[in-house]
Amino acid sequence: MVLDFKEEKTIVKRNQATTKSITDVAKNIVYDTRNLNLWYGDHHGLKDVNLSIYENEVTAIIGPSGCGKSTYLKTLNRMVELVPIVRTSGEILYRERNILDKNYTVEELRTRVGMVFQKPNPFPKSIYDNIAYGPRIHGIKNKKILDEIVEKSLRGAAIWDEVKDRLNQNAYGLSGGQQQRICIARCLAIEPDVILMDEPTSALDPISTLKVEELVQELKKDYSIVIVTHNMQQAARISDRTAFFLSGEVVEYDKTDVIFQTPADQRTEDYISGRFG
Amino acid sequence: MRYMDDTVVMKRMTKRITANKVWKTLFFLATTFALVTLAVLLYRIVTQGIDYLNIDFLTNFASRFADKAGIKAALIGSLWLMAVVAPVSIILGVGTAIYLEEYAKKNKINDFIRMNISNLAGVPSIVFGLLGLTIFVRMMGLGKSILAAGFTMSLLILPVIIVAAQEAIRAVPNEQREASYGMGATKWQTILRVVLPAAIPGILTGSILALSRAIGETAPLVVIGIPVILQFLPNGLLSQFTALPMQIYDWAKRPQEAFQYVAAAGILVLMTVLLLMNSIAIYIRNKFQKRY
Repeated sequence: MVLDFKEEKTIVKRNQATTKSITDVAKNIVYDTRNLNLWYGDHHGLKDVNLSIYENEVTAIIGPSGCGKSTYLKTLNRMVELVPIVRTSGEILYRERNILDKNYTVEELRTRVGMVFQKPNPFPKSIYDNIAYGPRIHGIKNKKILDEIVEKSLRGAAIWDEVKDRLNQNAYGLSGGQQQRICIARCLAIEPDVILMDEPTSALDPISTLKVEELVQELKKDYSIVIVTHNMQQAARISDRTAFFLSGEVVEYDKTDVIFQTPADQRTEDYISGRFG
Repeated sequence: MRYMDDTVVMKRMTKRITANKVWKTLFFLATTFALVTLAVLLYRIVTQGIDYLNIDFLTNFASRFADKAGIKAALIGSLWLMAVVAPVSIILGVGTAIYLEEYAKKNKINDFIRMNISNLAGVPSIVFGLLGLTIFVRMMGLGKSILAAGFTMSLLILPVIIVAAQEAIRAVPNEQREASYGMGATKWQTILRVVLPAAIPGILTGSILALSRAIGETAPLVVIGIPVILQFLPNGLLSQFTALPMQIYDWAKRPQEAFQYVAAAGILVLMTVLLLMNSIAIYIRNKFQKRY
């Protein structure tokens, strides 16, 4: 797929200072957000968001608390609909289909787009059953296939060696960091196209955080990853592109080096240099 | 300048600590009062009834003579009653709770329904008896059968089961549901595989406690008018029957003194059944309760 010319122009217009860095890529677009607006009741949570997410990249979303970054992430798999008072307008094209369209079922979307949450949330089941949960709900019953999926997913999440001897033990017996990698493995088991991560390391200690960050680098070879983070160093370390959100708006979106070294907007610079937030 | 004057503070300290002790004693007395009353009651029943409580008492039918009177028909009748009440009330109650907690939208009508289910739990049992008499016994023509009484009792304890099941379902953390939805699961798959397994201990505990209320209820049975002296066992859901509290009530109102002791023995049987059910409920709660 080639970059949509019109869309490209919009991005360019938003980031005048950094035209070159965007145009020199010809990567496929996974998510194309166009004029997305979102309201929580009367609160205007997202304002005219235009953002393209590229294949096999890590896209970080940063911004102060309440800026709408998690809301935007949860809109990408329509998890935001679990809050009944939410209304949206605009389009989010995922692989060229508008996911906000009524005919797009959330079940289909969430099968292609996996999610890892802020707090590790394994099920109170065995490690094996946690990983096999996704394949099972999609109708896979064959034990041999399930065994293979479980091993492949746990290897993919770099936790196989730590748990291979205790697959039948409850996932709650693992440490927080291990639980989060189990959740990542569980998400890999449905073989998604995109992985959404909502502050996946905010509940973890530094060493577990490092492991998850390394894992993210490994995973982007096969998946497109969108990660919301409070931690700016983390965004700088692991992401290819960074979007800076402020009170529901995208202030700046560009390659991560550009955002952190030569931001175009004063507010971005203030935020990343710790002047507010 | 300091606002906290040490001498005043120390003087008040003694007062405050004394007040704490006084309140503690008062609350302790309140607890003792209830416990002592219960103990006295139990003691009286056990001493009165224990002599009549033997195998014959369990295997004999009712009789005009206190010595020959037995509780067989009532005990078996109560078990039949439970065989109707348990499935009907649990299936309806859990189904309602799942609908209200997982499917129903949060709007004013549903809030009103939720609130009124809790209110329904406070409606006197005799009102349910009248309802059962009108609908099941007369309109549906079920007569004074196990089925009619079972449906009535089910209605009576339904609100309790619904509320217990709602609470158990609500106690399942939302993160668990999100994890399931996040993998493309439907609502029903999430309920079946995530919510119910976690909520079942709570649902069962609440259900068993509700059933033990149903087994001890008398008023609805009196209103429906089930017989007390039966010389046969029920042979089906439409057959006539009697139940433990009904039998005890009948014995207790007889003029002969000997029947007071028979009634006490009957109460012992009923209480054994109740304690048994409650222990099962406590066992389930302790054994299967999941912590997040």
